[in-house]
Amino acid sequence: MIYLLQQGLNALQLGSIYALIALGYTMVYGVLTMINFAHGDFFMVGAFLCFVGAVFLKLSVIPALLLTMIGLAILGVTVERVAYRPLRKAPRVSLIITSLGVGMFLENLILAFNPYPQHIPQFIPDINWNFGGLSLSLLQLLIIVVSILLMLALNFIVMRTMVGTAMRAVSWDKDNVELIGVPVDQVVAITFALGSSLGGAAGFMYSLSYPVIDPYMGVLIGWKAFIAAVVGGIGDIRGAMLGGYILGTLEILVAAFLPSTCRDFVAFSLLIILLMVRPYGIFGKPKTQKV
Amino acid sequence: MNKQIGLSVLAVAAMIFFPGCGNNSGSPTVKIGLIAEISGQIPAVGASCRNAALLSVKQINDAGGIDLGGKKYLIQLLVEDSASKADQAAVVTQKLITQDNVLAIIGPNSSGNALPASEIAEQSKTVLITPWSTNPKTTINAKTGTPKKYVFRACFTDIFEGRVMGKFCHDTLKAQKAAVLFDVATEVFKSQAELFRKSFEAAGGKVVGFETYTTGDKDFSSQLTKIRNAGPDVIFSPSYYTDVSLQVQQARRLGIKVPFVGSDGWSTPELIKMCGKDCEGFYFCNHYSADSENPATRDFVAAYKAAYGTTPDDVAALTWDAFGLLWQALAKSGSIDDREMLRQRLSEGQSYKGVTGSIVFLANSGDPVKGAVIMRIKDGKFVWSSDSQP
Repeated sequence: MIYLLQQGLNALQLGSIYALIALGYTMVYGVLTMINFAHGDFFMVGAFLCFVGAVFLKLSVIPALLLTMIGLAILGVTVERVAYRPLRKAPRVSLIITSLGVGMFLENLILAFNPYPQHIPQFIPDINWNFGGLSLSLLQLLIIVVSILLMLALNFIVMRTMVGTAMRAVSWDKDNVELIGVPVDQVVAITFALGSSLGGAAGFMYSLSYPVIDPYMGVLIGWKAFIAAVVGGIGDIRGAMLGGYILGTLEILVAAFLPSTCRDFVAFSLLIILLMVRPYGIFGKPKTQKV
Repeated sequence: MNKQIGLSVLAVAAMIFFPGCGNNSGSPTVKIGLIAEISGQIPAVGASCRNAALLSVKQINDAGGIDLGGKKYLIQLLVEDSASKADQAAVVTQKLITQDNVLAIIGPNSSGNALPASEIAEQSKTVLITPWSTNPKTTINAKTGTPKKYVFRACFTDIFEGRVMGKFCHDTLKAQKAAVLFDVATEVFKSQAELFRKSFEAAGGKVVGFETYTTGDKDFSSQLTKIRNAGPDVIFSPSYYTDVSLQVQQARRLGIKVPFVGSDGWSTPELIKMCGKDCEGFYFCNHYSADSENPATRDFVAAYKAAYGTTPDDVAALTWDAFGLLWQALAKSGSIDDREMLRQRLSEGQSYKGVTGSIVFLANSGDPVKGAVIMRIKDGKFVWSSDSQP
């Protein structure tokens, strides 16, 4: 029982991070029906900003987290303005290829500064609690709580505010809402700012719990979070959160009860089966293709 | 300090790449290729390798070059980056052999890179000495099962390392139960893990956990929770230093108190920097110890420290020995372009007194006969703990 609880806690920690990254994919897709493949690298830039904040600016946790999130929001808006907006009317595949290019640009930009994997010093006091064999660290608790708070905040913005209503309207019908006075460009920029800053927060928390960072760290995790977003139903915010937790739980539980060598193979087979049953993901709605 | 290293590397590189600036302008040079993992997953390995190589070549060139049959020749070192990728390692090997027409190649270091590179060297009949690849397959022809003729290594094989650590955990650490955690996608660690299990169980112990992960994974919580449940006395983690520090930290958060032991993937000072106090007291198997009393080692460590400001790690030491083996064979062969003659001189069974101990190649084998050392992490430093002979 303790074993199961401990593994459940591990799954919550990993799933929270996947969910935060998956949100960035899903928000951009929801508003622009575009997959921003550079998002995994946004996550990586977030981890490096955390490193800069910790090592060079010697910030404490909260200012460093804010620095990372603001930095990433600026990065997201800039990339959208410079690389994606000019292509908004171009065929979708051009946008996807551009986003892959942006990702490689970011990897090599960081690489140019320092090719070595970097170590993030300890930010948070290393406190461990033990509840009858169940280990819980302050860091673990913080990651889970902060992620959930961020997701609740996002949900509030999207569902209860004017900006959120505009976002949902753009997502509904980009061409026509412009006619009734919704500033589409601004809404898209805000979407990028929100999605990227969540990616940055994920990068920040990831680098606290796994404090060795390198310029390619975003690639694999980006793919996994993208899969999580698809499983949850890409374009749907609740779907991205659920997808993240499902993927985290699957990865942990497969390794917990089967030989760990089978982990990715079994976890991803299960996801493929899930997608065969629900091709639009858990919360996704089938869309009719307009001719 | 970084700037200083950068400047000295530049200075050395300038001397190598522009030998015309010296007084021997116009005379032919001996071209040697170096393949190192300068970018990619293990840049610390590539940097140590390149540093030691530049230092070795500089020493020869500062002395006026290498004496071949009474005439001195300067060495020209061509450095290529394998980016720690198998395909790129193959491409640069081909380039060095056919395009740059080098006499011999030193490197690459990781077995994943050295394997494809060694295939090409063997086909092209060019001597390749890998400093650090411990995988038995590097020097074995996969088709015939016989040793490759042109491929040599300066280190021992991982058969030896897995065996040493299995025996050490049982006999010296008095462990009865051991768990293993390794990267299943990295060939050398997989064979080390398997050989550890064999030797630990042969010594009378029991392996209670045999957990794997994949390259790039940073979350080991599931595997470690499983290991915690199995209750081992020691955890063997043949992994690269970047993974080890994460594993140790996560293990401690899960309340695992037993020590980790490891293999040569641990042996760079970066490990202590990343791991901090968490790795204190742990043991690992290594190729050499910088505090050895061996005069060759002492001289090398002093020269390396003077040039780069850090203590050389095992990759640097083995690269140095790989070049030492090359210079010894080259001096005997006396030719600047006869690849076949060089091969014969290398495999003649003459012992070389290196910084990682004496190295000798048995007939028809690229694997040297040499010993290993067990190192301990103590007060934030690697210290020699014991020797282990083959």
